[in-house]
Amino acid sequence: MNIPAAMVEPAGGRDDTYNFAYLDEQTKRMIRRALLKAVAVPGYQVPFAGREMPMPYGWGTGGVQVTAAILKADDVLKVIDQGADDTTNAVSIRKFFRRTAGVATTERTEAANVIQTRHRIPETPLRAGQILVYQVPIPEPLRFLEPRETETRRMHAHADYGLMHVKLYEDIARHGHIATTYAYPVKVAGRYVMDPSPTPKFDNPKMSECPALQLFGAGREKRIYAIPPFTTVESLDFEDHSFTVQRWDRPCALCGARDSFLDEVVTDDRGGRMFVCSDTDYCARRRDAGHGPEEEEA
Amino acid sequence: MSVEATVTPEEAPPVMAGDDTPPILAVEGLAKQYGGRIGCADVGFRLWPGEVLGIVGESGSGKTTVLNCAAGRLAPTAGRVLYSAADGATHDVHAIAETDRRRLMRTDWAFVHQHARDGLRMGVSAGANVGEPLMALGARHYGRIRTAAGDWLTRTEIDADRIDDRPTTFSGGMQQRLQVARALVAEPRLVFMDEPTGGLDVSVQARLLDLLRGLVTELGLAAVIVTHDLAVARLLSHRLLVMRRGRVVETGLTDQVLDDPQHPYTQLLVASVLQP
Repeated sequence: MNIPAAMVEPAGGRDDTYNFAYLDEQTKRMIRRALLKAVAVPGYQVPFAGREMPMPYGWGTGGVQVTAAILKADDVLKVIDQGADDTTNAVSIRKFFRRTAGVATTERTEAANVIQTRHRIPETPLRAGQILVYQVPIPEPLRFLEPRETETRRMHAHADYGLMHVKLYEDIARHGHIATTYAYPVKVAGRYVMDPSPTPKFDNPKMSECPALQLFGAGREKRIYAIPPFTTVESLDFEDHSFTVQRWDRPCALCGARDSFLDEVVTDDRGGRMFVCSDTDYCARRRDAGHGPEEEEA
Repeated sequence: MSVEATVTPEEAPPVMAGDDTPPILAVEGLAKQYGGRIGCADVGFRLWPGEVLGIVGESGSGKTTVLNCAAGRLAPTAGRVLYSAADGATHDVHAIAETDRRRLMRTDWAFVHQHARDGLRMGVSAGANVGEPLMALGARHYGRIRTAAGDWLTRTEIDADRIDDRPTTFSGGMQQRLQVARALVAEPRLVFMDEPTGGLDVSVQARLLDLLRGLVTELGLAAVIVTHDLAVARLLSHRLLVMRRGRVVETGLTDQVLDDPQHPYTQLLVASVLQP
């Protein structure tokens, strides 16, 4: 890879009072076993003995444990939160692994080989050899319609997924279209229905046939699941209401991109707002390459 | 006791079925124990296509246990339940794999609970409730699912414009009719009903009974109905099974059992009915 050295903050500076990547070796081994099982059965939720991490549940304890279990000393780590590299959660987790593992970190999608993410898949296409680690709040896609864990497990076991379409039916009945925009249920490798974590459905097509390995960790619920590289991931829909992704009627206000997921940013208290790429790396790189706001938007 | 001996002479196929028609459901030597207590013991019956069998008895007599075992919802301690599918194959309901049993429950059977809340999803609309069995069978066309749901709401006398309302906004009688719609939408061959009119006032009961009788006849369903209400049993069922303390004490054609009860317990039961 021809990545300018300046884009990667080099390895080093590990605080060796911690075991490498914070978790002890037995715990990492246990998580790796769960990961192997998850990869072997795509989309299946593997229970694991989740540990307490030095951060609150809901801040990515599942993703952090998965990252800790797979990290090697020569890895390059990228952490994003809602697509951004510079938000509190992303900065803190990156610092956490710099301190406990001393690994190199980067904001460049293609320079990283481990990317921990909350709620987005980078716009830059992933390549073979990369691992995308998702932070998952609620791993069970059937949960809101069937509260009993015993029953949802049985439904997964028998591939009894009629209920998933009940949710989509309700959407259409109430809103006239499938109004689920994030955590949009998918079927993995034609078998297990899976919650793709609260990523926007905009990112669902990127999951399918992706060359990178995708790992999902839910810390509070203590579940791990995975999508191996080049696996078919199909978004559920109806024949007469097919799956579609979000579209915006304007380009990014900073880089003019029309193909990326846009965040609405409130700029003042008088109703001012702008739509910008949620993927900060993608947006910054387009601006570096000379792209700017489109004329008609200015 | 041999299987043959549990079949009483009254248990001949009804006139409408030919002599060579196999029973759609055959229950043989069924027993269920809850620890040391007997839920039911030595229960056997056969049900032919298009026939309605009533199970009557007082509370705690084991009616619901028999129904749940027959419907594959509760594993019996002893005995077999044999189901003849439309293709002629016979399935031993409790011996086949759980996946196959669940498939049978989706495709061929339906269950109507005493409390509508047990049989409905209260958090989703009436249309979704009726559409769910279709979606479970693989229907993936929203328009057709909605049309079928609307049809069934109308057939069960629920205004079609209530299709997007949640069952929580329905009256008890409407909830029960909605449950019937949900049970029958996937065109089952066999329906199990547990006190379908329980908890409803008499006029609402009468409407529901009328509806059930009409649908069962129209669709040619076979049904097993558990009730403690002899009037319900007389209206709906062709044959009766009288249970007491987990055992069958009398069987026969409904009118025969109710008009000329032989067993002392049945006589007591019939005599206990209040006449307004």
